[in-house]
Amino acid sequence: MEERRPRAKGKSVDLSVDLGFLKLRNPVLAASGTFGYGLEFKPFINLNKLGGIVVKGLYFNPRPGNPPPRLAETPSGLINSIGLQGIGVRAFREKILPQLQGLQTPIIVNVCGETDEEYAAVIDYLNKDGRIAAYELNISCPNVKEEGRCPALSPDHTHSLVKLAKGASRLPLIVKLSPNVTDIVSVARAAEEAGADAVSLINTLLAMAVDIETRRPRLANTFGGLSGPAIKPVALRMVYQVASRVRIPVIGMGGIMNGKDALEFLIVGARAVEVGTANFVDPGAAARIVKEIQDYCLEKKISKVEDIIGTLATE
Amino acid sequence: MLNDPVALITQKKTWPGYVLLQLKSPRIARRSKPGQFLMVRVSDQPYPLLRRPLSIHARDGDGIELFFARAGLGTGILADRKTGEKLDILGPLGKGFTWPKAVKGKTFCLVGGGRGIAPLNFLARELRAKGGQVRIFYGGRTEAGLPLLNKLAARKTEVFVSTDDGSLGFRGFVSAMFEKELARSARPALIYACGPDPMMKKIAKIATELKIPAQLSLESIMGCGIGACWGCVHKIRKGSAAEWVKTCEEGPVFPADEVVWTEGK
Repeated sequence: MEERRPRAKGKSVDLSVDLGFLKLRNPVLAASGTFGYGLEFKPFINLNKLGGIVVKGLYFNPRPGNPPPRLAETPSGLINSIGLQGIGVRAFREKILPQLQGLQTPIIVNVCGETDEEYAAVIDYLNKDGRIAAYELNISCPNVKEEGRCPALSPDHTHSLVKLAKGASRLPLIVKLSPNVTDIVSVARAAEEAGADAVSLINTLLAMAVDIETRRPRLANTFGGLSGPAIKPVALRMVYQVASRVRIPVIGMGGIMNGKDALEFLIVGARAVEVGTANFVDPGAAARIVKEIQDYCLEKKISKVEDIIGTLATE
Repeated sequence: MLNDPVALITQKKTWPGYVLLQLKSPRIARRSKPGQFLMVRVSDQPYPLLRRPLSIHARDGDGIELFFARAGLGTGILADRKTGEKLDILGPLGKGFTWPKAVKGKTFCLVGGGRGIAPLNFLARELRAKGGQVRIFYGGRTEAGLPLLNKLAARKTEVFVSTDDGSLGFRGFVSAMFEKELARSARPALIYACGPDPMMKKIAKIATELKIPAQLSLESIMGCGIGACWGCVHKIRKGSAAEWVKTCEEGPVFPADEVVWTEGK
């Protein structure tokens, strides 16, 4: 009768992860640009179930964004060229932040800038707000300058911009990296040397799609950023490379659709993950992924999720 | 809005290129208004990845109907789903059509091009139930492109039909038929339209010239349907300026005089 012991009844899994500068209830964050300002998801998900929310990228002023079509679906992926349309810092602080008050989940603000000075201005404006837990410096959006240009394509620019932003910031600074480089480790290291508290990767892959009937690009902007399951293997490789070569925490993302995907990122060394495109398909995805990670731990009798991080067997 | 992962397909009808799904989902049916839409999960596979936005074609007690064209991979897979299968749907989403407080005795013109007829059926029923007089203008490429013709006929309803090739009814575009008919009949209280952009542009122009209020249900590629991705924007007049507005959140129905037609769109 006693061979079939029920699965660790009452035994719970410690899902919390420590980023050093911020302790998260669990390792699953909602990724910037895919979760609005958080409020959009209230009807579908208990926001307190998430490890954190990275809100949509903010410039100092409101921003019109790119003309449509802004989306093109491709096999297992989505190319977008939204162009960071947004409400600007003032409306965010006055209209959105008060509505996020009372939430236990840390709010991380994704910071954008046309110029390096604008990044610093956004940070300076939001610094006084106690409701923000950290910044994620968006130096890697491929949709705002020609040919997908962005600071994260250059280790030097990354270094100088991170240094400037870090100097302006009273809060921890996560730097979001671009995959559209030949050597992502050098960019990650530049961010680390300049004082980044963590790096998050990957942003979308510069991509395009063509309508063969009209022979026109399917996006008005021609190029866009590819996300979704199609990019996961590339993201995983880059997260592994970076996590092996920097000392600061790495937050992994790229095509995470379920708990298994998230676990792969943790195993290669990510201390937390961001869930992006999956939120569009299933607004409850992030909470479901937390649950799936927990189920895995219970099944494998792992008492702390941190015990999984960076445990890739390479021998 | 709601997430109902178990909406049940209770019946299915097909025409060449079109399909009608009747679903059972009491909670979503109860909340649905004409002009609103649902985001329907095509499959649980990673391709096609995104849900498909489909407007609500009818509501009947606990049931809702979706009518759509097999336009590509996603709608093709949905069209092949069988009676008794379950569908994961989000909704009802968006802001629907509006009508004046007093509908009784008033006349409303509903102009549908191709699959654009889908939400107008639900609207026609609602307006009739409130005592309105409905005139439906339904255009397709050919007779085969007008699958719902029998269904649209009802009391207090006139149906005008056009085909591009003249195989049935008026030969030409539905907007041309509408313009002609409007010139020789009483002024409607409101015009509603849903169809391809060139048709909508033309209807908006006619409505503006005659100073008749009109509402357009815009179609756009959507990523999420819930306002998170900012992918489905259309240019909309806001005071003296115009901006990219999310059709899923503030639309898909907009007053015709607020819609700005930009190049290529």
